[in-house]
Amino acid sequence: MESPIIEVNSLQTSFQTDDGEVPVVNSISFHINRGEVLGIVGESGCGKSVTSLSIMGLVPANTSKVQGQIRFKGENLATASEARMRKIRGNEIAMIFQEPMTSLNPLFTIGEQLTESLRIHRKWNKKQARARAIEMMKLVGLGRAESLMDEYPHQLSGGMRQRVMIAMAMICEPELLIADEPTTALDVTIQAQILELMKKLNQETKTAIMMITHDLGVVAEMCQRMVVMYAGKIVEEGDVSAIFQNPKHPYTVGLIQSVPDMREKKERLYSIPGQVPKPGSQKLGCPFAPRCSHVMDRCLSEAPPLQLFNNGQKVRCWLYEDGKGADIYDAAISSS
Amino acid sequence: MTQPLVQVENLKMHFPIKGGILGKTIGSVKAVDGISFSIKKGETLGLVGESGCGKSTTGRMILRLLEPSEGSIYFEGKDLTKLSTNEMRKTRSEIQMVFQDPFASLNPRHTIGKILEEPLIVHGVKSKQERKQRVQKLLEVVGLSSYHASRYPHQFSGGQRQRIGIARALAINPKLIIADEPVSALDVSIQSQVLNLLQDLQKEYGLTYLFIAHDLGVVRHISDRVGVMYLGQLVEISESEDLYQNPLHPYTQALLSAVPIPDVTYKQERVILQGEVPSPVNPPKGCPFHTRCPKAMEQCSHKRPELKEQKQGHHVACHLYD
Repeated sequence: MESPIIEVNSLQTSFQTDDGEVPVVNSISFHINRGEVLGIVGESGCGKSVTSLSIMGLVPANTSKVQGQIRFKGENLATASEARMRKIRGNEIAMIFQEPMTSLNPLFTIGEQLTESLRIHRKWNKKQARARAIEMMKLVGLGRAESLMDEYPHQLSGGMRQRVMIAMAMICEPELLIADEPTTALDVTIQAQILELMKKLNQETKTAIMMITHDLGVVAEMCQRMVVMYAGKIVEEGDVSAIFQNPKHPYTVGLIQSVPDMREKKERLYSIPGQVPKPGSQKLGCPFAPRCSHVMDRCLSEAPPLQLFNNGQKVRCWLYEDGKGADIYDAAISSS
Repeated sequence: MTQPLVQVENLKMHFPIKGGILGKTIGSVKAVDGISFSIKKGETLGLVGESGCGKSTTGRMILRLLEPSEGSIYFEGKDLTKLSTNEMRKTRSEIQMVFQDPFASLNPRHTIGKILEEPLIVHGVKSKQERKQRVQKLLEVVGLSSYHASRYPHQFSGGQRQRIGIARALAINPKLIIADEPVSALDVSIQSQVLNLLQDLQKEYGLTYLFIAHDLGVVRHISDRVGVMYLGQLVEISESEDLYQNPLHPYTQALLSAVPIPDVTYKQERVILQGEVPSPVNPPKGCPFHTRCPKAMEQCSHKRPELKEQKQGHHVACHLYD
């Protein structure tokens, strides 16, 4: 089997706060194969963005601590020097940020921002870089590429800016693309265009994508495998088709049930009671226990380990100790 | 037939663009350009569309937070656009709003108690004791506890703040609640809690909702009828079941097909629209959608289609159905 492009091993990122050191990402491990699209799903504050910033080495060093291993093509990024990271960022690993409005520099033209990474990483001259940038902009569907090169970000719409972001991220042909909520700020018809574009790029250039999102629809459409995070931990991992058809962790079940389906109307939506715990507020047991409808005594005192199933699905829940466990998803459907 | 609670007729909002040395009006943003619809008592009308289509502007005009450029809004038979500021302020006790951003719509310097008490003071609940009881009742109704009254907004999560926003809207027993993207800032699991709360309150108090949102799944879930807006115009309006199962307007069809469905076994035919929404400063002549429409015909570029009834209660503005 081919080795994965990136392997994260017990990554722990904690931030210095008034209440001491608070782990926001709590010992997570996952990998992404070459050319694969992995979805990372979770609600605000579950640590999905911090995970991606840790991989990129973008968490502020003076207030936070990154522990564990991030093996990118065998090299541990967690201990890499800043100079080495600068060579990797934008070149081998690129990132698309959520807000197309604020992540472009308003003082530089689109052309200057697009060619920067080629000039730095590849040492191309202006003319070469410009030609490549125009080619890239056409690839992401920006029609009047030549004139856009000399325009400023404020002259572009949200959808166009997000296309520029994608062009910028893809221009050095990275092997891994981290997309942090790339379509959340966009309208649905524009979202459909952008997702289509990312799918095309993934198929044509074989770039692996780590897709961070809270939208289960986007995951179902884009990803092959997914990871569900809750309060800094991975609670479920597996093939997208396996998880959607048979989610095992009560949180995943609740999440899937909570989304209003556009195809049919339900009398009442399922909702998970309570709210996401504050990072660091809980020390013992399963972090989901206070909101879980299947909670047992054990959940409050002992943190469950990740259980591996035959189909490769992994679940962190005491319900499935020894690989047993009732089918809570079917029960949830029939009761709703 | 009973009289609808709200009847909007040919409503327009043109924001002037000032320019030149003398600051003359040199153009206008046609945010809402002649829409008509009605809301029956006790129902939920959903208004969907992409950013800039004029759905929020419509909501704000009904409350007259924005003065319409043209058209009338009848609320229980009286024309709101003709009321004086004073009369309008009194009428606002019957129409309330829930805002999108639960972080920006609560005053950070006021306690929750004060925030909920304020509408009661404005609308003339004199006794302090009575106000206090009402605040406690409101907090319970939206699923919070009475001890929350002495806390400040920053001590609450997004979902709880949205509950406070709903409690404030309910404070003076309104008949109509205009909810402008009330759940779009919330996480999925919290979103479903708030949607359920809105439905429970509707049943209990016989409320009427104008529910403005861009999430088509959410709108389907909560609405009895749905209107689709594009570039300041209403292109289709119908019973929600009928609209989702059998959309007539090409824009509605594209919009519905664009939503990713959280189901891996489901394969859908997707209509990908080319380009982006044109600027409302200079909207296309004829049908506003013809520049992106996959089924555009010759007449679409010069003749604006009227909103006509195609089937029982299903209105669409498109030349395909002439």
